[in-house]
Amino acid sequence: MKRKITVLLIVIVCFLLQTTMFQALSIASISPNLLIIVTASFGFMRGKKEGLLTGFFGGLFIDVFYGGVLGFYAMIYMFLGYANGFFRKIFFPEDIKLPMILIFASDLFSNLLVYFFQFLFRRRFSFDYYMMHIIMPELVYTMLVTVFLYFLLLKINQKLELSERKRSARKFG
Amino acid sequence: MRRKSKFQLPSKYLLMILTLVCGILVYVSFTMNLSGGPLNTVAGYVFVPMQKGINYIGLWFSDKADNLNDLKDVMEENQRLKTQVDELTSELNTIKLEQYELDNLRELLELDQKYPSYQKVAAHVIGKDAGNWFSIFTIDKGSKDGIQVDMNVIAGSGLVGIVTDVGPNYAKVRSIIDDLSKTSGMLLTTSDRCIVHGDLQEMNSNQNILFSELKDSDDKAAVGDPIVTSHISDKYLQGILIGYINTLEVDSNNLTKSGTVTPAVDFEHISEVLVILDKKESGSKD
Repeated sequence: MKRKITVLLIVIVCFLLQTTMFQALSIASISPNLLIIVTASFGFMRGKKEGLLTGFFGGLFIDVFYGGVLGFYAMIYMFLGYANGFFRKIFFPEDIKLPMILIFASDLFSNLLVYFFQFLFRRRFSFDYYMMHIIMPELVYTMLVTVFLYFLLLKINQKLELSERKRSARKFG
Repeated sequence: MRRKSKFQLPSKYLLMILTLVCGILVYVSFTMNLSGGPLNTVAGYVFVPMQKGINYIGLWFSDKADNLNDLKDVMEENQRLKTQVDELTSELNTIKLEQYELDNLRELLELDQKYPSYQKVAAHVIGKDAGNWFSIFTIDKGSKDGIQVDMNVIAGSGLVGIVTDVGPNYAKVRSIIDDLSKTSGMLLTTSDRCIVHGDLQEMNSNQNILFSELKDSDDKAAVGDPIVTSHISDKYLQGILIGYINTLEVDSNNLTKSGTVTPAVDFEHISEVLVILDKKESGSKD
């Protein structure tokens, strides 16, 4: 229960920051994608189920406030969270390489999907432009934020796991 | 470890179920033009107060920073301003003359009667689109303040966009620079109609939006001409300034023209907007 509330709070806070503060801090009208970091992180830190649920709710918030179609972002983020869950087995908290790669790939995929469904379908063919001017800058900015946000999420997750282990130990101890 | 006693849904089934839910949501919002509904209400009450709070904190900080800067500048500025007052008094006289001329011209364009007569409500921008693909933002006024879907949103003197979705205490606005936005425009000088549409690529690289299908049979359209919303638009009220023609070229069919428009509103620094409470359809009825 404690975990559920904490994760929901993290998603809400990141959504709020992403839509207010980071829009104001945008560089050349590009802002980072915090929700992808959260979704991917909980995917590979906690497994498929938690990843997909985190992604689902994060995406749903975007859909309700800023999406054109309800359920579009929820679906993308959900699948990304689920996919990241497969890497839980080879995830080690001390090593930042895998999280960086996974978050990079997640952000890239989410943007490619948005381009594919929302732009290519409307005959916006200049993919290289969108790649160079929207997707790449966002990736760079997101990776920059990842360095800080990932360790924060890692610490929170370790605290949660510690308190969970204590509780279950108390029950059987 | 504790053995799990209660039933746990395997993640792949959960994924399937939620995919189905999303699929249905996408289908329903596509076919029935449905948006949010009860979700809007719940989300509105959870997020809007917090978004407002963050914005107020941000404004407070920038205010404080401004105040400190101001104090230093005020002394110097006072000197400068005194000399300026003299200059300006003389300038004012010339401007009064020009004002008189402007009033005459406005009367000619029948613009002065149109803007002020609409009922408007001011709103703050509280959040912007989470991604970088679209230009949608939320404002802190909703259906409780009388805002409905399809109401026009302006800032300063220019068109900003249109309300696409309403919650009890917030509203979603799609700006005219959004890639999905299409507006029926009209050249103020010749009354020729055109389609103004937002474009992410053009907006990002040149801060412009595009227009096309301008039927300029007399070949009078020129760079710098203002484009306003046209009388045939079904959602936008007539005569709201969209922007000024930046480039102009003849299409390959030799009949129509297209080019770029510089919007009248600075979308990068937009923080307060006015929502026009009169809607196009209801405007003619009463």
